[in-house]
Order: sequence, then C-alpha cells, then structure tokens
Amino acid sequence: MEETHLMADSDIKTMTEGLPAPDFETTAFTTPPPLSEATVAIVTSASLHHPEQDDFEVMDTGYRVLDGSRRDYVTGHWSPNFDGAGFAYDMNTVFPLDRLDELAERGVIGRVADQHIAYAGNQFDLSAIRMDSGPAGAKWLREQGVDVVLLTPV
Amino acid sequence: MATVALGSIRKQIESTAPPRGLWCDFPLGRPLGKPGDPDFQHRVLAAAFALLDSPEPVFAEFDEVIHDSGDEMLACPLPPRHDPDAHPAIDEANGLRAAYDRGVEMSNGRFGAGRVVAADDIPAAIESFIRIAEGTPWAEAGIPGMPMRVSHDIRSYYETAALAMVDHAPAAWAGTRWFLDQTETGKVMMAARVAMQEQEAPQPMWFYLTPGDR
Repeated sequence: MEETHLMADSDIKTMTEGLPAPDFETTAFTTPPPLSEATVAIVTSASLHHPEQDDFEVMDTGYRVLDGSRRDYVTGHWSPNFDGAGFAYDMNTVFPLDRLDELAERGVIGRVADQHIAYAGNQFDLSAIRMDSGPAGAKWLREQGVDVVLLTPV
Repeated sequence: MATVALGSIRKQIESTAPPRGLWCDFPLGRPLGKPGDPDFQHRVLAAAFALLDSPEPVFAEFDEVIHDSGDEMLACPLPPRHDPDAHPAIDEANGLRAAYDRGVEMSNGRFGAGRVVAADDIPAAIESFIRIAEGTPWAEAGIPGMPMRVSHDIRSYYETAALAMVDHAPAAWAGTRWFLDQTETGKVMMAARVAMQEQEAPQPMWFYLTPGDR
C-alpha cells in the first residue's frame, strides 16, 4: 500500500489553481443602485438544493432555485476536494443567508431576494454553463428584480 | 445586475477576472471563512460589498488569511468492538450510527449520507470496498453507484457522526483527516483506492475516492 500523508488545503489548491479559465472578451461591469436600496441574491456553486429537488448528478450543468424563506439546504457536491464540515456546522459558511437577513434588518442592504440559485462547482466542461444555464440563471434573477449577486464558490 | 465574486484560489479568480473579485484565502469549502462566527462572516461581506463602490473592475484581497496547518485532526472517540465476527470497519460504522443521527439533526441534514447511499445502507457500501481491498475486481465488487459518489456518502456519514461528537466548529479538513487516518473505514477506502489503481480502473473511478493529493 502506498505511504499515506496528511493532506493540506494548500496542496489541493496547488493541484487545481492551474486549471484553464474561460477567456472573456469583455468584462460585464455594471454599476448597481446604492446597496441600501438594492435587492441582493446569492449564487453559489455548492450544489445546494432542497430535499425534494433533484440532486446534482455528475456533469449536471443546470441550476436549482433556492427558497430564501427556508433553511433546509442540502449539498449534492460530490468532489472530495473541499471541506464539508464547515457547511455542515453552519450553512452561512457557504450560503450566508442569515447574514444577509441581518444586513437587511440594519438597512445596510435594501432587501434580500426571495430566491437564490445554486450550480454544481465541480465541472469538467464549462461550455454548457457559459452558453446556456449561466445566462438563463442570470436572466431569471434579473426578472426577480435582483440588483446585486454575491457569488460564493465551492 | 452587479456581481461580487468571492474566490478561494488566487490564480483562479485572477484568471477569470470577474468584474468585482475578492480573494479570501480560506480553506476550500469555506468561502465565508469561519463557521459559527457571524462577526467574521459580516467582515467578509462588508469587504465584498465595498467593491460595489468601485467605478471600474476591481480585484481585492481580504485582510485576514485562514491557513490550514495540514495536520489538525479531530479527536473523536471510536466505538469499541461490538460484533467480533464483523469486519472492523463494518462494526465501526454500525457503532457510529447513533452519533450520525445526532449529527444529521444538528446539521439539519445538510451534509450527510443519502446522495446515492442511504445511512442504513452505508455498511453494505463499505463492504463493497472491503472486497476490492481484498482483491475482488472493482467492477465485480457491488459498489452501489458511481464510486466517487458512494465514497462521498461514506465520508459524509463519518464526518457527520464526528460533528455530533465534538462541541465546536471543526477546523477545516480535521474531520476528513480523522476519517482517513484514524478510522477502520478510512483505511479500507485508502486500500481500495490503491487496489483500483493497480487494477487499472479508469482514473476518475479511483482518483476521486479521496482528496486528490492522497
């Protein structure tokens, strides 16, 4: 049997940091309304879904709509290359909805969107997300009146 | 619609160049940094939302790093042998079931087994990897699903049980190290991974059974 060693987060980052990144011809930069007037949503790549929704299959490039009034979020992320205990202990480690609710109560942000979006972050081919489900998710968020999106990676 | 992207890996967020990117040098899987620490999470959010004031694309670094030492491991008690006729890994998994159920309740089911293998079937899933470690060809071992997804359910079963046995937010990877290096089932998974590689299983079938640097 091969000799085992304790892994470190830095080792895994080193393994993955050189993965080819998409090359965007332009930067989609826009200026939002003042944060205190903005509707804020979260888009996460943590493969979150509600229990009754379809889990993320391997190579699943779709998205799931998450109801912000609920707290029953399950991760379907199957990659072994992330720590899951942080999310298990506190969902806000990945999906900081409680924190956004607090910011809305303080008037720091205008309001928290009623619904949010999750994709699967462990992808081998990003073309379907770039060309299809990514723009579709963005269009859906705009139709919900979202002004600002916080992207949280897993 | 404006976006603010948190990034855990500097080179990736630099190369994708989002309109507003905040590199947070935190362990993978913890983009807000510290579980159970609302003040810290608010600091991260404040730094992220501050980028909305920039009149042009901007990249920034969060001012605090959370470094994984690479050797922190949970100290969880393992159940004593109950069934001397069972493989130690199976006996262990059965012995952790009560802790697992408490962990599911604590975590509201966020990270347990059940993607492809329900908790009741975890011992049978472990048995398939025992067979591989003992020489059965991997394709004939009865793995109840894609190996990486079954493996993830087994690891999640153990890490969820561990969550119920500690009274604090575990350090990043501390539960994974405990599972892979301290438990009987962890030993089985490592041995099965080596056996599958030696059997020339397709690389994704064995590689993703554990974190990639193992």
